[in-house]
Amino acid sequence: MSDLSAIDRGREAGFGDYVQLLKPRVMSLVVFTAMVGLIVAPVPVHPFVAFTAILFIALGGGASGALNMWYDADIDRVMRRTASRPIPSGRVGAGEALGLGLALSGISCVMLGLAANWFAGAFLAFTIFFYVVVYTIWLKRTTPQNIVIGGAAGAFPPMIGWAVATGGVSLESLLMFALIFMWTPPHFWALALFMKDDYSNAGVPMLTVTHGRAATRRHILAYTLLLAPFALALALSSIGGPVVLATALVLNTLFVLGALRIARRDEAAAGADRYKAERAFFRFSLVYLFLHFGALLVERSLMTFGLGGW
Amino acid sequence: MAIHPEHELHTRRRGRNLGLGLVLGAFVALIFGLSLVKISHLREGKLPAAAEAQK
Repeated sequence: MSDLSAIDRGREAGFGDYVQLLKPRVMSLVVFTAMVGLIVAPVPVHPFVAFTAILFIALGGGASGALNMWYDADIDRVMRRTASRPIPSGRVGAGEALGLGLALSGISCVMLGLAANWFAGAFLAFTIFFYVVVYTIWLKRTTPQNIVIGGAAGAFPPMIGWAVATGGVSLESLLMFALIFMWTPPHFWALALFMKDDYSNAGVPMLTVTHGRAATRRHILAYTLLLAPFALALALSSIGGPVVLATALVLNTLFVLGALRIARRDEAAAGADRYKAERAFFRFSLVYLFLHFGALLVERSLMTFGLGGW
Repeated sequence: MAIHPEHELHTRRRGRNLGLGLVLGAFVALIFGLSLVKISHLREGKLPAAAEAQK
Protein backbone atom coordinates (compact mmCIF):
# COMPACT_ATOMS: atom_id res chain seq x y z
CA MET A 1 0.00 0.00 0.00
CA SER A 2 2.66 2.45 1.01
CA ASP A 3 4.52 1.89 -2.24
CA LEU A 4 1.49 2.67 -4.37
CA SER A 5 0.31 5.70 -2.45
CA ALA A 6 3.76 7.18 -2.71
CA ILE A 7 3.36 7.63 -6.44
CA ASP A 8 -0.38 8.16 -6.52
CA ARG A 9 -1.02 11.74 -5.51
CA GLY A 10 -4.60 11.23 -6.64
CA ARG A 11 -4.74 14.37 -8.72
CA GLU A 12 -2.35 13.70 -11.54
CA ALA A 13 -3.28 15.67 -14.63
CA GLY A 14 -5.31 14.09 -17.40
CA PHE A 15 -5.22 15.21 -21.03
CA GLY A 16 -8.19 17.50 -20.38
CA ASP A 17 -6.25 19.49 -17.79
CA TYR A 18 -3.70 20.49 -20.40
CA VAL A 19 -6.52 21.47 -22.74
CA GLN A 20 -7.94 23.63 -19.91
CA LEU A 21 -4.59 25.45 -19.75
CA LEU A 22 -5.19 26.67 -23.30
CA LYS A 23 -8.44 28.45 -22.31
CA PRO A 24 -10.65 26.75 -24.93
CA ARG A 25 -13.48 29.28 -24.57
CA VAL A 26 -11.21 32.20 -25.38
CA MET A 27 -9.78 30.10 -28.23
CA SER A 28 -13.22 29.74 -29.81
CA LEU A 29 -13.54 33.54 -30.05
CA VAL A 30 -10.03 33.74 -31.52
CA VAL A 31 -10.89 31.09 -34.12
CA PHE A 32 -14.09 32.86 -35.14
CA THR A 33 -12.67 36.38 -35.48
CA ALA A 34 -9.46 35.20 -37.16
CA MET A 35 -11.52 33.15 -39.62
CA VAL A 36 -13.68 36.15 -40.50
CA GLY A 37 -10.56 38.33 -40.94
CA LEU A 38 -9.11 35.75 -43.30
CA ILE A 39 -12.28 35.16 -45.33
CA VAL A 40 -13.26 38.81 -45.85
CA ALA A 41 -9.76 39.72 -47.06
CA PRO A 42 -9.62 40.49 -50.80
CA VAL A 43 -6.93 37.86 -51.53
CA PRO A 44 -8.15 34.23 -51.84
CA VAL A 45 -6.36 31.62 -49.71
CA HIS A 46 -6.26 27.88 -50.42
CA PRO A 47 -8.80 26.26 -48.04
CA PHE A 48 -6.24 23.90 -46.53
CA VAL A 49 -3.75 26.71 -45.94
CA ALA A 50 -6.56 28.77 -44.40
CA PHE A 51 -7.52 25.86 -42.10
CA THR A 52 -3.90 25.36 -41.02
CA ALA A 53 -3.40 29.08 -40.44
CA ILE A 54 -6.49 29.39 -38.23
CA LEU A 55 -5.50 26.27 -36.32
CA PHE A 56 -2.09 27.74 -35.49
CA ILE A 57 -3.53 31.16 -34.65
CA ALA A 58 -5.81 29.34 -32.19
CA LEU A 59 -2.85 27.38 -30.84
CA GLY A 60 -0.93 30.63 -30.35
CA GLY A 61 -3.93 32.01 -28.44
CA GLY A 62 -3.94 28.82 -26.35
CA ALA A 63 -0.22 29.16 -25.68
CA SER A 64 -0.69 32.70 -24.37
CA GLY A 65 -3.53 31.36 -22.18
CA ALA A 66 -1.16 28.78 -20.66
CA LEU A 67 1.51 31.43 -20.05
CA ASN A 68 -1.14 33.69 -18.49
CA MET A 69 -2.21 30.89 -16.14
CA TRP A 70 1.44 30.23 -15.26
CA TYR A 71 2.05 33.84 -14.26
CA ASP A 72 -1.33 34.44 -12.63
CA ALA A 73 -1.46 31.23 -10.57
CA ASP A 74 -1.07 33.26 -7.35
CA ILE A 75 -4.09 35.47 -8.19
CA ASP A 76 -6.12 32.51 -9.43
CA ARG A 77 -5.63 30.76 -6.09
CA VAL A 78 -7.27 33.69 -4.27
CA MET A 79 -10.31 34.21 -6.49
CA ARG A 80 -13.27 31.86 -6.29
CA ARG A 81 -13.97 31.89 -10.02
CA THR A 82 -10.45 30.76 -10.95
CA ALA A 83 -9.45 28.58 -7.98
CA SER A 84 -10.33 25.37 -9.84
CA ARG A 85 -8.00 26.08 -12.77
CA PRO A 86 -5.35 23.37 -13.37
CA ILE A 87 -2.44 25.13 -11.61
CA PRO A 88 -4.16 26.50 -8.45
CA SER A 89 -5.93 23.18 -7.95
CA GLY A 90 -2.60 21.38 -8.09
CA ARG A 91 -3.30 19.17 -11.10
CA VAL A 92 -0.63 20.76 -13.30
CA GLY A 93 2.69 22.15 -12.08
CA ALA A 94 3.50 25.82 -12.80
CA GLY A 95 6.70 24.79 -14.59
CA GLU A 96 4.75 22.45 -16.84
CA ALA A 97 2.37 25.24 -17.85
CA LEU A 98 5.33 27.53 -18.59
CA GLY A 99 7.00 24.83 -20.69
CA LEU A 100 3.82 24.01 -22.58
CA GLY A 101 3.09 27.70 -23.20
CA LEU A 102 6.58 28.45 -24.50
CA ALA A 103 6.73 25.34 -26.67
CA LEU A 104 3.31 25.95 -28.20
CA SER A 105 4.15 29.64 -28.77
CA GLY A 106 7.22 28.66 -30.77
CA ILE A 107 5.45 25.93 -32.73
CA SER A 108 2.42 28.09 -33.57
CA CYS A 109 4.40 31.12 -34.77
CA VAL A 110 6.87 29.11 -36.88
CA MET A 111 4.09 26.97 -38.36
CA LEU A 112 1.97 30.03 -39.17
CA GLY A 113 5.01 31.58 -40.84
CA LEU A 114 5.61 28.44 -42.91
CA ALA A 115 1.96 27.84 -43.79
CA ALA A 116 1.03 31.44 -44.62
CA ASN A 117 3.69 34.15 -44.50
CA TRP A 118 6.28 35.43 -42.06
CA PHE A 119 4.47 38.70 -41.43
CA ALA A 120 1.50 36.74 -40.04
CA GLY A 121 3.86 34.54 -38.01
CA ALA A 122 5.60 37.59 -36.53
CA PHE A 123 2.24 39.23 -35.85
CA LEU A 124 1.16 36.16 -33.87
CA ALA A 125 4.42 36.27 -31.92
CA PHE A 126 3.82 39.94 -31.16
CA THR A 127 0.26 39.17 -30.00
CA ILE A 128 1.48 36.47 -27.60
CA PHE A 129 4.19 38.85 -26.33
CA PHE A 130 1.63 41.61 -25.89
CA TYR A 131 -0.84 39.43 -23.97
CA VAL A 132 1.72 37.72 -21.75
CA VAL A 133 4.36 40.38 -21.14
CA VAL A 134 2.62 43.73 -21.66
CA TYR A 135 -0.79 42.77 -20.26
CA THR A 136 -0.35 39.85 -17.82
CA ILE A 137 3.08 40.59 -16.37
CA TRP A 138 3.25 44.36 -16.63
CA LEU A 139 -0.08 46.19 -16.71
CA LYS A 140 -2.71 43.86 -15.23
CA ARG A 141 -1.54 44.46 -11.67
CA THR A 142 -0.54 48.09 -12.02
CA THR A 143 -3.35 50.00 -13.71
CA PRO A 144 -7.17 50.00 -13.57
CA GLN A 145 -7.08 50.45 -17.36
CA ASN A 146 -5.74 46.86 -17.58
CA ILE A 147 -8.87 45.63 -19.34
CA VAL A 148 -8.55 48.33 -22.00
CA ILE A 149 -4.97 47.38 -22.85
CA GLY A 150 -5.60 43.64 -22.54
CA GLY A 151 -8.41 44.10 -25.03
CA ALA A 152 -5.83 44.88 -27.71
CA ALA A 153 -4.44 41.35 -27.45
CA GLY A 154 -7.92 39.94 -28.01
CA ALA A 155 -8.44 42.31 -30.93
CA PHE A 156 -5.40 41.19 -32.94
CA PRO A 157 -6.72 37.80 -34.27
CA PRO A 158 -8.85 39.23 -37.14
CA MET A 159 -5.81 41.32 -38.14
CA ILE A 160 -3.67 38.17 -38.15
CA GLY A 161 -6.32 36.40 -40.25
CA TRP A 162 -6.25 39.34 -42.69
CA ALA A 163 -2.43 39.23 -42.71
CA VAL A 164 -2.51 35.51 -43.58
CA ALA A 165 -4.37 36.39 -46.80
CA THR A 166 -2.82 39.74 -47.71
CA GLY A 167 0.56 39.67 -45.97
CA GLY A 168 -0.04 43.09 -44.44
CA VAL A 169 -2.26 45.54 -42.61
CA SER A 170 -4.93 47.82 -44.04
CA LEU A 171 -7.70 50.18 -42.96
CA GLU A 172 -10.27 47.37 -42.95
CA SER A 173 -8.21 45.14 -40.67
CA LEU A 174 -7.52 48.10 -38.36
CA LEU A 175 -11.27 48.75 -38.14
CA MET A 176 -11.91 45.11 -37.19
CA PHE A 177 -9.24 45.56 -34.51
CA ALA A 178 -10.90 48.75 -33.28
CA LEU A 179 -14.29 47.04 -33.04
CA ILE A 180 -13.04 44.35 -30.62
CA PHE A 181 -10.68 46.76 -28.85
CA MET A 182 -13.46 49.22 -27.98
CA TRP A 183 -15.94 46.42 -27.25
CA THR A 184 -13.78 44.67 -24.64
CA PRO A 185 -13.92 47.24 -21.79
CA PRO A 186 -17.74 47.52 -21.58
CA HIS A 187 -17.96 43.73 -21.92
CA PHE A 188 -15.61 43.05 -19.01
CA TRP A 189 -16.71 45.90 -16.78
CA ALA A 190 -20.31 44.69 -17.00
CA LEU A 191 -19.01 41.30 -15.85
CA ALA A 192 -17.01 42.94 -13.05
CA LEU A 193 -20.15 44.74 -11.84
CA PHE A 194 -22.10 41.55 -11.17
CA MET A 195 -19.36 38.95 -10.62
CA LYS A 196 -17.97 40.76 -7.56
CA ASP A 197 -14.77 38.73 -7.65
CA ASP A 198 -12.33 39.55 -4.93
CA TYR A 199 -9.92 41.44 -7.14
CA SER A 200 -8.80 43.68 -4.29
CA ASN A 201 -7.58 40.71 -2.22
CA ALA A 202 -5.82 39.37 -5.27
CA GLY A 203 -4.09 42.72 -5.83
CA VAL A 204 -5.62 43.40 -9.25
CA PRO A 205 -6.67 47.04 -9.59
CA MET A 206 -10.05 46.58 -11.28
CA LEU A 207 -11.91 49.78 -12.13
CA THR A 208 -14.80 48.72 -9.87
CA VAL A 209 -12.38 48.64 -6.94
CA THR A 210 -10.15 51.63 -7.65
CA HIS A 211 -12.70 54.14 -8.98
CA GLY A 212 -15.92 52.68 -7.63
CA ARG A 213 -18.94 51.14 -9.26
CA ALA A 214 -20.59 54.42 -10.26
CA ALA A 215 -17.49 55.42 -12.24
CA THR A 216 -17.43 51.97 -13.86
CA ARG A 217 -21.01 52.48 -15.02
CA ARG A 218 -20.05 55.81 -16.61
CA HIS A 219 -17.01 54.20 -18.23
CA ILE A 220 -19.20 51.49 -19.78
CA LEU A 221 -21.41 54.16 -21.36
CA ALA A 222 -18.44 56.18 -22.62
CA TYR A 223 -16.78 53.21 -24.31
CA THR A 224 -20.08 52.04 -25.81
CA LEU A 225 -20.59 55.50 -27.35
CA LEU A 226 -17.00 55.52 -28.66
CA LEU A 227 -17.45 52.02 -30.09
CA ALA A 228 -20.40 52.93 -32.33
CA PRO A 229 -18.47 55.14 -34.84
CA PHE A 230 -15.92 52.38 -35.41
CA ALA A 231 -18.68 49.85 -36.04
CA LEU A 232 -20.30 52.22 -38.55
CA ALA A 233 -16.97 53.00 -40.22
CA LEU A 234 -16.37 49.26 -40.64
CA ALA A 235 -19.81 48.94 -42.23
CA LEU A 236 -18.94 51.71 -44.70
CA SER A 237 -15.51 50.26 -45.57
CA SER A 238 -14.78 48.03 -48.56
CA ILE A 239 -15.61 44.84 -46.59
CA GLY A 240 -18.90 46.33 -45.38
CA GLY A 241 -22.20 46.74 -47.19
CA PRO A 242 -25.93 47.13 -46.58
CA VAL A 243 -26.15 43.98 -44.43
CA VAL A 244 -23.27 45.05 -42.18
CA LEU A 245 -24.59 48.62 -41.98
CA ALA A 246 -28.10 47.50 -40.98
CA THR A 247 -26.63 45.07 -38.42
CA ALA A 248 -24.33 47.76 -37.02
CA LEU A 249 -27.17 50.29 -36.72
CA VAL A 250 -29.44 47.90 -34.82
CA LEU A 251 -26.73 46.39 -32.60
CA ASN A 252 -25.16 49.71 -31.64
CA THR A 253 -28.50 51.32 -30.85
CA LEU A 254 -29.36 48.42 -28.54
CA PHE A 255 -25.86 48.41 -27.03
CA VAL A 256 -25.96 52.15 -26.25
CA LEU A 257 -29.47 51.81 -24.80
CA GLY A 258 -28.24 48.97 -22.57
CA ALA A 259 -25.26 51.06 -21.44
CA LEU A 260 -27.57 54.01 -20.70
CA ARG A 261 -29.69 51.76 -18.48
CA ILE A 262 -26.58 50.65 -16.61
CA ALA A 263 -25.29 54.22 -16.24
CA ARG A 264 -28.60 55.44 -14.80
CA ARG A 265 -28.79 52.71 -12.14
CA ASP A 266 -27.09 52.77 -8.78
CA GLU A 267 -25.97 49.84 -6.69
CA ALA A 268 -29.19 49.76 -4.67
CA ALA A 269 -31.32 49.41 -7.80
CA ALA A 270 -28.93 46.84 -9.26
CA GLY A 271 -28.84 44.82 -6.04
CA ALA A 272 -32.65 44.83 -5.86
CA ASP A 273 -33.04 42.91 -9.12
CA ARG A 274 -29.75 40.98 -8.78
CA TYR A 275 -27.93 42.90 -11.51
CA LYS A 276 -30.49 42.00 -14.15
CA ALA A 277 -29.57 44.88 -16.50
CA GLU A 278 -25.82 44.23 -16.11
CA ARG A 279 -26.24 40.52 -16.82
CA ALA A 280 -28.44 41.24 -19.84
CA PHE A 281 -25.87 43.77 -21.13
CA PHE A 282 -23.05 41.23 -20.72
CA ARG A 283 -24.96 38.52 -22.58
CA PHE A 284 -25.90 40.98 -25.32
CA SER A 285 -22.26 42.05 -25.68
CA LEU A 286 -21.40 38.50 -26.79
CA VAL A 287 -24.26 38.52 -29.29
CA TYR A 288 -23.08 41.95 -30.47
CA LEU A 289 -19.63 40.75 -31.42
CA PHE A 290 -20.83 37.48 -32.89
CA LEU A 291 -23.45 39.14 -35.11
CA HIS A 292 -21.08 41.90 -36.21
CA PHE A 293 -18.51 39.45 -37.50
CA GLY A 294 -21.28 37.17 -38.74
CA ALA A 295 -22.64 40.07 -40.82
CA LEU A 296 -19.18 40.58 -42.37
CA LEU A 297 -19.22 36.90 -43.40
CA VAL A 298 -22.73 37.20 -44.87
CA GLU A 299 -21.74 40.32 -46.81
CA ARG A 300 -18.67 38.55 -48.13
CA SER A 301 -20.67 35.53 -49.32
CA LEU A 302 -23.21 37.85 -50.96
CA MET A 303 -20.34 39.53 -52.82
CA THR A 304 -19.40 36.22 -54.44
CA PHE A 305 -22.91 36.16 -55.97
CA GLY A 306 -22.51 39.73 -57.17
CA LEU A 307 -24.72 41.05 -54.41
CA GLY A 308 -23.88 42.98 -51.25
CA GLY A 309 -20.95 45.31 -50.70
CA TRP A 310 -20.85 48.91 -51.80
CA MET B 1 -5.47 -2.55 -0.27
CA ALA B 2 -5.45 -5.09 -3.04
CA ILE B 3 -3.05 -4.51 -5.84
CA HIS B 4 -4.97 -4.45 -9.09
CA PRO B 5 -3.01 -5.13 -12.23
CA GLU B 6 -4.43 -1.88 -13.59
CA HIS B 7 -4.43 1.04 -11.19
CA GLU B 8 -6.69 4.03 -11.84
CA LEU B 9 -3.51 6.01 -12.39
CA HIS B 10 -2.70 3.88 -15.42
CA THR B 11 -6.10 4.60 -16.97
CA ARG B 12 -5.50 8.34 -16.61
CA ARG B 13 -2.01 8.03 -18.04
CA ARG B 14 -3.35 6.02 -20.96
CA GLY B 15 -5.80 8.85 -21.66
CA ARG B 16 -2.94 11.33 -21.69
CA ASN B 17 -0.75 9.16 -23.90
CA LEU B 18 -3.60 8.48 -26.30
CA GLY B 19 -4.44 12.18 -26.48
CA LEU B 20 -0.83 13.15 -27.18
CA GLY B 21 -0.53 10.37 -29.76
CA LEU B 22 -3.59 11.65 -31.59
CA VAL B 23 -2.29 15.23 -31.51
CA LEU B 24 1.07 14.16 -32.94
CA GLY B 25 -0.67 12.04 -35.60
CA ALA B 26 -2.84 15.00 -36.57
CA PHE B 27 0.27 17.22 -36.75
CA VAL B 28 1.97 14.79 -39.14
CA ALA B 29 -1.18 14.65 -41.29
CA LEU B 30 -1.33 18.45 -41.31
CA ILE B 31 2.29 18.84 -42.44
CA PHE B 32 1.71 16.22 -45.14
CA GLY B 33 -1.41 18.01 -46.39
CA LEU B 34 0.33 21.36 -46.30
CA SER B 35 3.27 19.95 -48.27
CA LEU B 36 0.90 18.60 -50.93
CA VAL B 37 -0.80 21.98 -51.29
CA LYS B 38 2.44 23.95 -51.40
CA ILE B 39 4.13 21.60 -53.88
CA SER B 40 1.13 21.46 -56.22
CA HIS B 41 1.00 25.29 -56.16
CA LEU B 42 4.67 25.29 -57.11
CA ARG B 43 3.93 23.01 -60.07
CA GLU B 44 1.13 25.26 -61.23
CA GLY B 45 3.60 28.12 -61.14
CA LYS B 46 1.55 30.12 -58.66
CA LEU B 47 4.67 31.04 -56.75
CA PRO B 48 6.53 33.35 -59.17
CA ALA B 49 10.02 32.72 -57.85
CA ALA B 50 9.60 28.96 -58.03
CA ALA B 51 8.16 29.11 -61.54
CA GLU B 52 11.20 31.08 -62.67
CA ALA B 53 13.47 28.51 -61.09
CA GLN B 54 11.75 25.67 -62.96
CA LYS B 55 12.46 27.31 -66.30
